[in-house]
Amino acid sequence: MHEPVFSRRVLLKMSGSVGAGWLGPRWAQVLRAAVHVHRAVTPGTTPRLEFFTAEQAAEVEAIAAQIIPSDETPGANEARVLYFIDRALVTFDREQQPAYREGLQDLLRRVQQLHPGKSFSGLPSDQQIELLKSMEETEFFGLVRTHTIMGFLANPEYGGNDNKVGWRLIGFKDDSVFTPPFGFYDREYNDAG
Amino acid sequence: MVQQARYPTSEPVDFLVVGAGAAGGVVAKQLSTAGFSVVVLEQGPYLREADFRHDEMANTKFHPLTNDLQLQPHTFRETEKERARVQPAVMYGRVVGGGTVHFTANYWRFHEIDFVERSRWGPIAGTGFADWPITYADLEPYYTKAEEELGISGEAGANPFDSWRSKPYPLPPLPVKSSGVLFERAARKLGWHPFPAPMAILSRPYRNRAACVHCGFCMEFGCEVGAKSSTLAAVFPLAEQTGRCEIRPGCYVRKIEVSKSGRVTGAIYFDPQRREVFQNAKAVVLCANGAETPRLLLMSKSNFFPQGLANSSGLVGKYLMFDAGAIALGLFEHPLNEFKSVQVTRVIHDFYNSDPKRGFYGGGGIDARFLFYPISFAMGALPPEAPRWGAEYKKLLQEYYTRTMVLLSHTTVLPLETNSISLDPEVKDAWGLPALCVTYRHHADDWKTMGFTQEREKELLEVAGARKIWTFPLEALPPSAHLMGTCRMGNNPRDSVVNHLNRAHDVPNLFLVDGSCFVTSGRQQPTATIQALAYRAADHMAKLAKRGDL
Repeated sequence: MHEPVFSRRVLLKMSGSVGAGWLGPRWAQVLRAAVHVHRAVTPGTTPRLEFFTAEQAAEVEAIAAQIIPSDETPGANEARVLYFIDRALVTFDREQQPAYREGLQDLLRRVQQLHPGKSFSGLPSDQQIELLKSMEETEFFGLVRTHTIMGFLANPEYGGNDNKVGWRLIGFKDDSVFTPPFGFYDREYNDAG
Repeated sequence: MVQQARYPTSEPVDFLVVGAGAAGGVVAKQLSTAGFSVVVLEQGPYLREADFRHDEMANTKFHPLTNDLQLQPHTFRETEKERARVQPAVMYGRVVGGGTVHFTANYWRFHEIDFVERSRWGPIAGTGFADWPITYADLEPYYTKAEEELGISGEAGANPFDSWRSKPYPLPPLPVKSSGVLFERAARKLGWHPFPAPMAILSRPYRNRAACVHCGFCMEFGCEVGAKSSTLAAVFPLAEQTGRCEIRPGCYVRKIEVSKSGRVTGAIYFDPQRREVFQNAKAVVLCANGAETPRLLLMSKSNFFPQGLANSSGLVGKYLMFDAGAIALGLFEHPLNEFKSVQVTRVIHDFYNSDPKRGFYGGGGIDARFLFYPISFAMGALPPEAPRWGAEYKKLLQEYYTRTMVLLSHTTVLPLETNSISLDPEVKDAWGLPALCVTYRHHADDWKTMGFTQEREKELLEVAGARKIWTFPLEALPPSAHLMGTCRMGNNPRDSVVNHLNRAHDVPNLFLVDGSCFVTSGRQQPTATIQALAYRAADHMAKLAKRGDL
C-alpha cells in the first residue's frame, strides 16, 4: 500500500500501451517527478540536498522548526520536513523555486535589519518567533507553512513524516483495514447492547 | 474469457455514450445487456482497484481522479456583467467510473415533495422554480433497481421522512461510528429522527465484490477493495462481459455531428494520441456531467442548430445549480477516531422540507462526518482563533485530530437563469477548445437555508456535549462537484431541453442523462437520482431502438 507502486504502474501502462500525450504534458512530468521522489528516499539514510544550499537549508529548517516545534513531542525536525521541501522543489513544486529564493533573501533582509550580521537560524528561539510573527501574513511564510505541514503529515515516501512521526503525533493510523469499534463513543454504544 | 468488443469507427454503433460516470455506466450496462452495440468515450483514464492508493499528497497535487485545471482551465464570474477570470469553478470525476469513483457515497433518494415543490409552494419570482415532468412514483422502481444492482447499504423505514419504497435496501447499514453515536443521542434528545445513512458502500460481500474494510479513504479516493459501489466496480464489468460494450478511455469528444435532417450521426473526438476520430452512431447518449454535457452541446453548432445542438429553447447551459451546505465542528472529550471507516453513518431529514414560516424557501438534510485527512486537517480545521503555527498549534493538532467531528448540511439551491455554463470567448484548453465558463451566484434563500441548518448543527453539538464548537464563514465554498440543471427536463420544448424520458426535444436520436436534466436541486446527494433516471432512460432507449425508432 505504501510502496511507490502507483506512479510506476501508471507510467508503465502509459508507455506500454498508449502514449502519455493524451494525459497532457504536465501529468507525464508530474508522474516522472513522483517516481523521482519515491526513488530518492531510502529510510534510515540521510538524503542529499538537491535544491537548497547548506545555508538555505539551515534557514528553512529553522523556520519549519518554529512552525512545528520539537518539545515534549517530535516536530518538523524529527519528521525531516527539510528533505520533503527540498524534494518538492525539484519535483512537483519546481515552480516554487523562485518564491523560496526571494523569500529567503527577504528573510535575511529582515533579520539583518534587527540583528546585523546574523542569520535566522543563528538567532535564539524567542527572536525567531518574533520575526516570524512579523511576517506571518506574507506569501512566503504561508508557503513554508503549507510545505511544513505537508512534510510533517504526507506519506513517508515523499521524504518527510519520517518513521510516521507526524501521524503518530496526531493519532492517525494508516492501517489498510479497521474493524469496529472505531472510537470511544461507538465502543460504549456497542457495549450498551 | 469474453472477447473484448472492438467496433470500427466507420460503422454506426447502436449507441454512443459520452462520459463513463454515474449515468454513463448504467446506460452502457443496460443497453449492452439488452443486445445493443455500445461504445463509451471517456476523456479520463481507465484505472482499476490496484491503482488506488491512500496518498493524500498525490490527490492534492496530481488530481489523478478529477478534472485537471492545467489541461482544462475554467473561468468564473458571479454575473454576466463581469469578465470571467481563470480560476477553479467546478470539480468532476475524470476517470472511467466518473464521480462515483471518488465520491463520499451518500445515496439518498429524492422525496415525493422534490418533484412537485412548485405546485406545493407556488412560484418564486425571479427563478426557474418548477415541477418536474415526472413524479417520485415514476422513478421509484428505478431507485430500487439502482440500489439493488449497484449495492446500497441502509435501513428501510428508519427515516420517517423518507417516501415509500417497494423493496428494502439490499444490504444492512454500515456499523455506526462515534460521530454517529453522538449525533444520534443528541438528535433524539432534541426530538429529531436520526437514521442510518444510506451509503453506496457494501456492508457485506455482494455479487462477487468485497465488503468495506473501513480504511477511511472513501471521500476523494478510489476504493481499492471495490466496496464503494462505483460504476467502475459494479456495472462496467457487467457491460464488458456482454461482449458488446467497448470502453475507450483517453478519448475527449469535441463535437456531436448532425445530418442534414437534424439527426445526430456520431461524435468527433481526440484519441489518446490527439488524432481526431469520428465514431458513427445510430444514437448518442450524453452523460458527461452537468457542466461538460451542455459545453459539448454548445460546441456542437451547425446550420441546423446555430445556438448549439438541441438548443432551440436557448436553455442549454442555463439554470446551473451547485452544491450547498454549511458545516459546524465539535471537539469531544474522548477520541472518536473519525479517520477510520466511511464518512457518514447517521443523518436527519427533520429539516428537509421547506417551511414558509421560516420566511424563505429551502431545506436540507444534516449528517455527522469528518471531512478531513491529516494534511487538510492541519491546514485549516482548527477553530478560526487558534494559532496557525508554533508550540500551541502543535498541541491543538495533537488534541483535536482524533476528538473532532463535523456536521454537514446538504441544502437546496434555486434555479436561476443567470447561473450558467457557457463557452469562454478567449481562454482555450490544452486541445484548443473553448474553456468552460461558469457564471454563478447563490440566491438569497440558498444562503438563508444554509445559515438555518448551521444553527441546527450548533444546537445539536451543544446538546451532544461538545467541549468546543466552531464554524467557518458560509461564503467559503469550494468548487462544486454537484452539477445540475443545465439541460432541464420538461414537457414543453420552449422551456426545457429534454423530455420526461431524457430525449432531446429537438433531436430524436439524442439523449442527455446526468445531473444536467435536473429541474430542481433536491437536497443535494444527486447520484441516486441521476442513476435512477439513467436506468429509466435506458429502458426507454432500448424500447425505441427495438421498435426501429432510432
